[in-house]
Amino acid sequence: MDEMKAKGLSPDELTLRMQQLRFAALETNLYLDTHPDDRQALEDYNRVVRELMALHQEWVRRHGPLMNHGEDPSAYPWQWTRTPFPWPLWGGPDP
Amino acid sequence: MWVYVKQLEVPIEITRPNPALAKVIMTQFGGPDGEFTAAWRYLTQSFAMPTGRGKAILTDIGTEELAHMEMVGTLVQKLIQDASPRDLERAGLGGHYAQHGYNMFLEDANGVPWTSTYFQSFDDPVTCLHEDMAAEQKARTTYEDLLDLSDDGRVSRVLAFLRQREVTHFQRFGETLDYVQERYARRRTVF
Repeated sequence: MDEMKAKGLSPDELTLRMQQLRFAALETNLYLDTHPDDRQALEDYNRVVRELMALHQEWVRRHGPLMNHGEDPSAYPWQWTRTPFPWPLWGGPDP
Repeated sequence: MWVYVKQLEVPIEITRPNPALAKVIMTQFGGPDGEFTAAWRYLTQSFAMPTGRGKAILTDIGTEELAHMEMVGTLVQKLIQDASPRDLERAGLGGHYAQHGYNMFLEDANGVPWTSTYFQSFDDPVTCLHEDMAAEQKARTTYEDLLDLSDDGRVSRVLAFLRQREVTHFQRFGETLDYVQERYARRRTVF
């Protein structure tokens, strides 16, 4: 279900939805650190994580690795240096 | 260990340069109550913090502060990238340009370099968590001052988000302090 939904998103929608989900996960994570017995919050966290994982896989399939050091695979040639960083690229993109 | 996610915590869309605004925002990169100070305060304090809850909250908030440092750096870069060196000088960034060009440096809005004396680290969790709560309030006030100085709605949206995170962190540190005071405080009564 999540995989189907991910494939239908435009590149901008996919990135924005991932930012929203990662923030929801982060916020719920902090809440659970001080409320580890809250079942509802834990269900929310796990639901967000499942959707984020599906979108993450779709992002990597389209663009290449989103995370470094073994979290995501790369196609040839090494894609990590080509996918844009979030801040201005002074020298322009690599050829 | 840490891994990097090549996405900002929230999108930052800046359309026009504003080096004067970049200059004051610089304090949240490398100033006393900035994101670098916050990140390393929490990540440093976590080593001798007792309880899994205390270690988790310091590591998790410390990690988010690193993401905020990335956001503040991106804000400053986008506000100066299309400004000329003379524009930077007119905005009070001539000294910064002479010493660092267009790159970032750990300094406050007046160019004062960062120092580790901006924070403390003890093995007393009550002491550390009180400092952490005060730090979040100081950062909140700084963001409110920056919002007073911002005349760009797209920048203000990002500053307002960062301000709100300080409020959430204050709440989580307060809850951790309650937990630690009940169970693990070296001295039971702390006023």
